[in-house]
Amino acid sequence: MIDPKDLQFTGYRRPDGRFGVRNYVLIIPVDDLSNAAAEAVAHNVKGTMALPHPYGRLQFGADLDLTFRTLAGQGRNPNCAAAVVIGIEPKWTDRIVQEIAKTGKPAAGFSIERSGDLKTIEAASRAAKAFVHDASEIRREPFSVSQLTMSTKCGESDTTSGLASNPTVGRAFERLSAAGATLIFGETTEVTGGEDIIMELCATPEIARQFKAAFDDYQALVASQGVSLVGSQPTEGNIRGGLSTIEEKALGNIQKAGRCTIVDFLEPAHEPRKPGLSFMDSSSAAAEMVTLCAAAGSVVHFFTTGQGNIIGNPVIPVIKLSANPLTVATMAEHVDVDLSPMLRFEMNLDQAADAALAMLERTINGRLTCAEVLRHHEFVLTKLYRSA
Amino acid sequence: MTHGILMHEPDDDVGVAVADLATGSDIGAVTLEGQPVGTVKLLAAVPLGHKVAMKDIRKGSDVVEYGRTIGVATQDAPRGSHVHVHNIATKRWAS
Repeated sequence: MIDPKDLQFTGYRRPDGRFGVRNYVLIIPVDDLSNAAAEAVAHNVKGTMALPHPYGRLQFGADLDLTFRTLAGQGRNPNCAAAVVIGIEPKWTDRIVQEIAKTGKPAAGFSIERSGDLKTIEAASRAAKAFVHDASEIRREPFSVSQLTMSTKCGESDTTSGLASNPTVGRAFERLSAAGATLIFGETTEVTGGEDIIMELCATPEIARQFKAAFDDYQALVASQGVSLVGSQPTEGNIRGGLSTIEEKALGNIQKAGRCTIVDFLEPAHEPRKPGLSFMDSSSAAAEMVTLCAAAGSVVHFFTTGQGNIIGNPVIPVIKLSANPLTVATMAEHVDVDLSPMLRFEMNLDQAADAALAMLERTINGRLTCAEVLRHHEFVLTKLYRSA
Repeated sequence: MTHGILMHEPDDDVGVAVADLATGSDIGAVTLEGQPVGTVKLLAAVPLGHKVAMKDIRKGSDVVEYGRTIGVATQDAPRGSHVHVHNIATKRWAS
């Protein structure tokens, strides 16, 4: 049985002491208008990656704060060696640059007004080129499981998720938590029917109260629209896979927490404050949730699927685990860890957790995941309400 | 494979088909720990991942899986029938 303390991790030490498992120079557009310039820079300079997205204009309040936190969080993420930020005007651009620079890593901002795309692209490309040279000389070094921050989420779940792949992550998380890792899960609406179980896992009544307040807020938001989530939760894919109700889906979902204690409640895209498992208020939509995890500093992700959600993320490697034999057979190129033997009793829960942890070690040390190889770079901002 | 149905808890109302199961077949059920929970004759074809009634479920009664309520029966679902959105519904949200 694998004890995560025995795993040999290597990664890139950042100036704030955190370790990344990838070494990207990110080109981050502040707003939709700056996507073209960001993508041009990424095209010009090998070793960079642009994160285009459709927002960043006329947002306000908590929704704007979340967008800033999510964009800056990508640059702050330990998988990022350095960041180039491009916005239409200098002020919001500099806000993101400053947040990234607080980690001590190189960050440079460029704004397009009074220069135009072409001059901006040239200047940003020169900065990106210098960053890539420096990043390319950073060597991997050993780090311990207590220096690891990772996350989990399930998608296109079915009954095999609740039977096998989610309990596998739960067992792996129990061991990782005991070894001192920092862990993130969430999916606020998708624990409906098992919210009392989440509250029981919380370390203190205050954490349970914070979780329940976020849970109730979202239920009230849905009710305020005069609708319910029937028809969206479970999804049509969940139903095709045999899940009938949100309660059933939730009871499967929360298996990912295992018997871990929930040590903290986090607002979306907030970095964890302590080791152990934190609940982050988050959407259950796969790309939104994983993007929030990346913003919070997760460097690698366990993603369980039943019917075959193929999501990836540009900044963090997404390890796909499935126990559905049909999915493993028909979508093999998307599955990193085949857990289907569990349904035949050819693999028990501890063996499955071993397989997950072994793949975690390989992924951290550089093995590309299926989602990375297949260029699944889904980067999706969570929008709290419409823009002004 | 000596079983075709997995059950989270031995007293659950439903178990999960771990292969496509044919109408009329007698299928063995076991818990996740491998404890046998008897066999059931299927009244309908049940696809991989879908649920089978392990008890006679009466319309209006709670349906139990994981030892917990996952919804309410909207129709009678006798032992061996396919249990899904056509005969159970959430108790949490109005449809």
